Amino acid sequence: MEIKKPAAAGTLESSDAQVMIEPGDGKIELSLQSSVMNQYGHQIKATILETLERLDVTSAKLTVVDKGALDCTLKARVECAVFRSCDASESNIPWGGAVR
Amino acid sequence: MIPRPRPERFRLRRTMMFMNAQKPGLIKDAYIYGCDSIMLDLEDAVAENQKDAARFSLYHALKTVDYGDTEVIVRINGLDTPHWQEDVRVCVAGGADGIRIAKCESAQDVKTVEAAVEAAEKEFGVEVGRTLLMAALESPKGIMNAYEICAASERMFGVAISGGDFRKCMQTTPQRDGVDMLVARGQMLIAARAAGIQCFDTVFTNLDDTEGFEAEVLQNKAMGFDGKSLINPKQIRFVHQVFAPTEKEIMQAEKILAAYREQSAAGVGVFTVDGKMIDIAFIPGAERTLKLARACGMWEGDLV
Repeated sequence: MEIKKPAAAGTLESSDAQVMIEPGDGKIELSLQSSVMNQYGHQIKATILETLERLDVTSAKLTVVDKGALDCTLKARVECAVFRSCDASESNIPWGGAVR
Repeated sequence: MIPRPRPERFRLRRTMMFMNAQKPGLIKDAYIYGCDSIMLDLEDAVAENQKDAARFSLYHALKTVDYGDTEVIVRINGLDTPHWQEDVRVCVAGGADGIRIAKCESAQDVKTVEAAVEAAEKEFGVEVGRTLLMAALESPKGIMNAYEICAASERMFGVAISGGDFRKCMQTTPQRDGVDMLVARGQMLIAARAAGIQCFDTVFTNLDDTEGFEAEVLQNKAMGFDGKSLINPKQIRFVHQVFAPTEKEIMQAEKILAAYREQSAAGVGVFTVDGKMIDIAFIPGAERTLKLARACGMWEGDLV
């Protein structure tokens, strides 16, 4: 998917993550802050990048503020932000396809 | 991925607790409270501009969290909104056990949702007929049409009243003795029993009024409800206590079933247990008591 405009999803509540996404310049730039960076930083980053790969996003700037979200929450927030940036978050989501 | 077993149309549903599907902190460990069913909410608890986010969150929770024996129902948005069709798709794709139809007013509403559910089951390769339905009656029209709603589909397992909206329509407020909703509750119960499905009462929203809550639960039990919708885990224990059978009821049920087996094997249809006439009409009630007792951890046996 092509990131067309800035979009965000998620909150700064405990167990959640806030994801902001903007159009990039040909690569993925990820800025990550996490309350559990020392313990889980690598895994969080891997989950975010895998989710983008599944959605075929190859160019984007991401800012993620993680408040101890589980992987399933991180995926949900990244996907929502990506679909919002394409104005495609409201219907016909490919559940079980690119979203899984 | 957690594969959930095929939902059972008729199972124990004493407590059904609402959870905002948009809040990851709530839905990730909703099963630990021990309620019979959880109700992940896409409707009123989710702000209008977060409906999309709630669906992504719900999908991954359904696919990732192991809810164990807790039944997982999703409350979808009303049929008068632009959201409900995508809500149905995500529920079916995620493998929710059932869908609660908000603001249901007619058999046609049930059939409309059923058609969308069936289309989604085909789209996502889910067994057709797997996803159960229940209806929430929130208006006088819903109560007037209660029977046709209850009998509208083979997928329907139950019906519930939603007190907040209903009282607003009726220009009343919660009363101590429940007189504000007595007729509506009664009519819904009769409709549910006539259609052979379960019936659940509305939430009690004042968490500080323990006495009022307990009085309402006792009245629910006396009226014949199967269970109650809840908004807080601290309400679960009392409902389970009230809906549990008494020791005396369990003993009686055991005696009735044992005697029935013996007598019917000997070709006898009507007989007495402790001086009381018993025939086949008493058997379903006795079986239900023992099933409930087992679920409450009060009875172990093989009669049912």
